[in-house]
Amino acid sequence: MADMRTPLNKVRGLGSARGGTEHFWRQRLTAVSNIPLIIFFIGFVAAYSGSSYEEIRAALAQPVNALLLGLAFVSVLYHMRLGMQVIIEDYVHHEGWKIGLILLNTFFPIIVGAIALYSLLRIAFGG
Amino acid sequence: MSKSTTQARPLSPHLQIYRFTPTMAMSIAHRITGTALYFGILLFALWLLAAAGSREQFDFVNGLFGSIIGRIIIFGYSWVLIHHMLGGIRHLIWDTIHGLEKETSRRLAIANLIGSILVTLIIWGGAWAIRGGL
Repeated sequence: MADMRTPLNKVRGLGSARGGTEHFWRQRLTAVSNIPLIIFFIGFVAAYSGSSYEEIRAALAQPVNALLLGLAFVSVLYHMRLGMQVIIEDYVHHEGWKIGLILLNTFFPIIVGAIALYSLLRIAFGG
Repeated sequence: MSKSTTQARPLSPHLQIYRFTPTMAMSIAHRITGTALYFGILLFALWLLAAAGSREQFDFVNGLFGSIIGRIIIFGYSWVLIHHMLGGIRHLIWDTIHGLEKETSRRLAIANLIGSILVTLIIWGGAWAIRGGL
């Protein structure tokens, strides 16, 4: 049976970008999760700046440190991807460039996240 | 497309026509700091990668971070990060429909700048006091 919904009903609440308020909400969600995670991250960097190879590896092998740093990377990378997308959409008006940069904007956080999580796991599991 | 849409249309006033205000400066700063943090996080991922590698790899990367230029970058990065976080908290306050009045938002913008400098100095001052050096 054909879709009985009117065209207006289909798009209601989704807006012209078909994404609704999801982008806005996730930006706020990750902004809130970033706050405690970044405070921890800054504290960690300040506390271990200038430490030796052994001290840093012992600290990073602690489950609490590894988990919180891993979560900090995931939360921050998601947040920064959303933010950069808005900047690209605001300033890049050429369609080809815009699509290309939005693709790169997805790849970059994933690559940074892969490097960070691989490193944390390798240290945590004593590689 | 009809002819009327291809003719030059009047443009709305852009940034440079308005008087410069603290809220405007902090709004621009929020985007600039966000962009700097976006690329800067790669440095920390590479630092972790070095820590996951051999002692030689770690000492090489840690040596770069510990150099004068490296320390300036880390200090600057922490200030930019705190500035962006305080700016973000300001946005979260605005999301609750508070602090939007002209005078309040102006004060919040100035507090954002002064607060970011103070918090950065307190953090590194604290780290210096506890560890006896940076």
